[in-house]
Amino acid sequence: MPEPQPMVRMSGIRKEFPGVLALDDVAFRMFPGEVHALMGENGAGKSTLIKVLTGVYGVDAGTIELNGGAVAFSGPGEAQQAGVSTVYQEVNLCPNLSVAENVCLGREPRRFGRIQWGPMRRRAEELLARLDVHVDVSAELSTCSIAVQQLVAIARALDVDARVLVLDEPTSSLDTGEVEQLLKVVRSLREQGLAILFVSHFIDQVFAVADRMTVLRNGKLIGEYRTADITPVELVTKMIGKELRVLETLEDSGPTRAEVAGAPVLLSAEDLGRKGGVEPFSLDVHAGEVVGLAGLLGSGRTELARLLFGADHADSGSVRVDGELTNLRTPRAGLDHRIAFLSENRKSEGLVEELTVRENIVLALQASRGWARPLSRRRQDEIARKYIETLDIRPADPEALVGNLSGGNQQKVLLARWLITEPRLLILDEPTRGIDIGAKTEIQRLVTQLSADGMAVVYISAELEEVLRLSHRVVVLRDRKVVAQRENQGLTADDVMATMAEGVQA
Amino acid sequence: MTALTGLTKHRLFWPVVALLVLLLGDLIASPSFFKIELRDGHLYGNLVDILKNGAPLILIAIGMTLVIATRGIDLSVGSVVAISGALACLWVSDNPDGVGTTLVAFGLALGLSLLLGVWNGWLVAVLGIQPIIATLILMVAGRGIAQLISGGQIITVNSHSFEWIGSGFLFTLPGAILIALAVFVLASLLVRRSALGLLVEAVGGNPEASRLAGLRSARLTWLVYVFCALCAGIAGLMISANVHSADANHAGLFIELDAILAVVVGGTQLTGGRFSLGGAVIGALLIQTLTTTVYALGIPPEAIMLFKAVVVLAVCLLQSPAFRRKLRGRQRAHPVSPEPAPAPEKVEVGA
Repeated sequence: MPEPQPMVRMSGIRKEFPGVLALDDVAFRMFPGEVHALMGENGAGKSTLIKVLTGVYGVDAGTIELNGGAVAFSGPGEAQQAGVSTVYQEVNLCPNLSVAENVCLGREPRRFGRIQWGPMRRRAEELLARLDVHVDVSAELSTCSIAVQQLVAIARALDVDARVLVLDEPTSSLDTGEVEQLLKVVRSLREQGLAILFVSHFIDQVFAVADRMTVLRNGKLIGEYRTADITPVELVTKMIGKELRVLETLEDSGPTRAEVAGAPVLLSAEDLGRKGGVEPFSLDVHAGEVVGLAGLLGSGRTELARLLFGADHADSGSVRVDGELTNLRTPRAGLDHRIAFLSENRKSEGLVEELTVRENIVLALQASRGWARPLSRRRQDEIARKYIETLDIRPADPEALVGNLSGGNQQKVLLARWLITEPRLLILDEPTRGIDIGAKTEIQRLVTQLSADGMAVVYISAELEEVLRLSHRVVVLRDRKVVAQRENQGLTADDVMATMAEGVQA
Repeated sequence: MTALTGLTKHRLFWPVVALLVLLLGDLIASPSFFKIELRDGHLYGNLVDILKNGAPLILIAIGMTLVIATRGIDLSVGSVVAISGALACLWVSDNPDGVGTTLVAFGLALGLSLLLGVWNGWLVAVLGIQPIIATLILMVAGRGIAQLISGGQIITVNSHSFEWIGSGFLFTLPGAILIALAVFVLASLLVRRSALGLLVEAVGGNPEASRLAGLRSARLTWLVYVFCALCAGIAGLMISANVHSADANHAGLFIELDAILAVVVGGTQLTGGRFSLGGAVIGALLIQTLTTTVYALGIPPEAIMLFKAVVVLAVCLLQSPAFRRKLRGRQRAHPVSPEPAPAPEKVEVGA
């Protein structure tokens, strides 16, 4: 049977940003009446590919064909005119306007410059009915549930006779029932002949709705598969891949599993949980132990870590530090218990970009001393210089603005900030993401060394190899739940992947 | 250290230039502008007047700088000026004249200012109300409070000790100048010798990162509003003492706008973070010099506002990197940047 003409055909796509090759010779196609999932971990190039398709970015090489004809969109508006519509992850709507206004924003039916409210409302109702949504279209959008808002965004995208609909993480803020409703809409749009590009981190949803999937990794095409021909484990393997064995020479200087198991329990969480964050879990962390958290993006890794530090406060369960019941309500409480948390969002939750390297490094220590007991300038310089040297921060200038440093060096500045507080528990959320391989190795070596010095480390990384190499114990999360805690003895990446993908209780 | 000094210089360069140009203009227009006389052991002259009349604005600008550094703003300073002046004048007029009465009046007025600052800080730091709205409440209500205190009348006072703070002299200099100088020095020492400055800049630069680094940002925020109100309280005493009366309706009217302007002209951005107290003082002096210039040059009163606006616009344009780049021309419009160009912001699909 000859394959029908693809609605979208992209080939040889190459896109380069300064210093990063975001897409390298990527091919991609979509057929009408099909849901196509685009899969890959962070930094795989999914967003870039979507932005190339929707005209936000131009390409450095390669061709895009829409319905057989070559196109080169110079902007999202043009792409939309041609029938390629996008609904982004964060709903880009105006919550203070009515549903109808949101659906028709920018293309309101007019007569003599006046908006015709009646026809506008009818048009919005029709479009929403197509999605099986029946709400009062004159209600303010903010009064609707997130799911309805998401559907309004889709209705808005469909208003321009879309033939290709791109849904970027449409379900990330929906609950189970709402996800079902959305998937139903996606299926019915497929029946209507649209080509739908579905991006989601939720493996279940992808398998429930997609007909075909394309996997990207590090800007390269890994392959295109029919959903029926691939299992969740295979998919996750392809998404994560096998990493270069950079650290084969990592000296085995850390304490052994038996040693840390015998060490006193430093922090003990019991049924700790937070609604919408992570379901209640129990976890003991021993002094000197490295606990790895494994799970796909959105599985609750970060949420778990934030509870252990006090970045968010738990709404259930309890925490004991050194056996004593404590309340980690604020980061300050965590800091007072000598817990440190390196956020995965360097820019928004870590750095104060307009301050210098020195100022960023001393910030947490100064905060714990209070404003009235300043670190002398000499002491600050001493600390900054010492850590610039130890961690090899470049440029080696304490007065450089931190916003001007590269990602890896920024990460080291933040590491230094926490190390000088001499934490007993160091929580590292994706410390090696987006930094070069050299810095990566240094950070991993540092973790081993800190653990040997008796510091407990909770290590989060999307790279399983990394987690397995460093951890004494691996905690696996899936869909915001701890599904397994396993000693890292003879544990392989495949075992962990299977648990991540299928949630098999070990 | 040299890099930091260079940066500060750079930031204050244009405001200082503007101030000098303005003074130079004054000198050309009226050669006696810079003349300073010593009469009865007191210094008189336009330059002294600028400093003396600018003292309240300098004080408020110092307080406002710290508030703005935390990404906040305090619109209520004008009302605090009125309240502080009204309460002090009321006490002085109701009690026998004397240094004791004056000191009690100062204490009461500053105590009340402190409370008003606590109120602003509570709304912003604890309740999380947007600063512009939170302080708008006191901006509006404060005039009413001042009227209640003064009974709707303009209270005139005749107390030598009270008037000192507005028009007295010490070491041949007007007392107001010395007080403003003292507050500036103390505030500078406080923020730069303690860790307060760094913590305030961190909170303003990135509130969430600061919280996660363990800063008690709410407490800091609270503190800066209290400090700002205190500065406004002192300014209120100066203003009322200078005119020997408390006018609930007009004392400190629109001074919040001048103060915000002074802060911004002085190189502290409304988006918070890095701040410069020295810059705020320069900014305040620039604005006061403008006012004095206008009178000295005999510019018609109806053109004063416009003249002020033009000068401020010029300073703001000179400070804008985009504008300076345009001035310098095309070939230097794209300076070689050491960092990689940021990826374009997410573009919204719009029709």
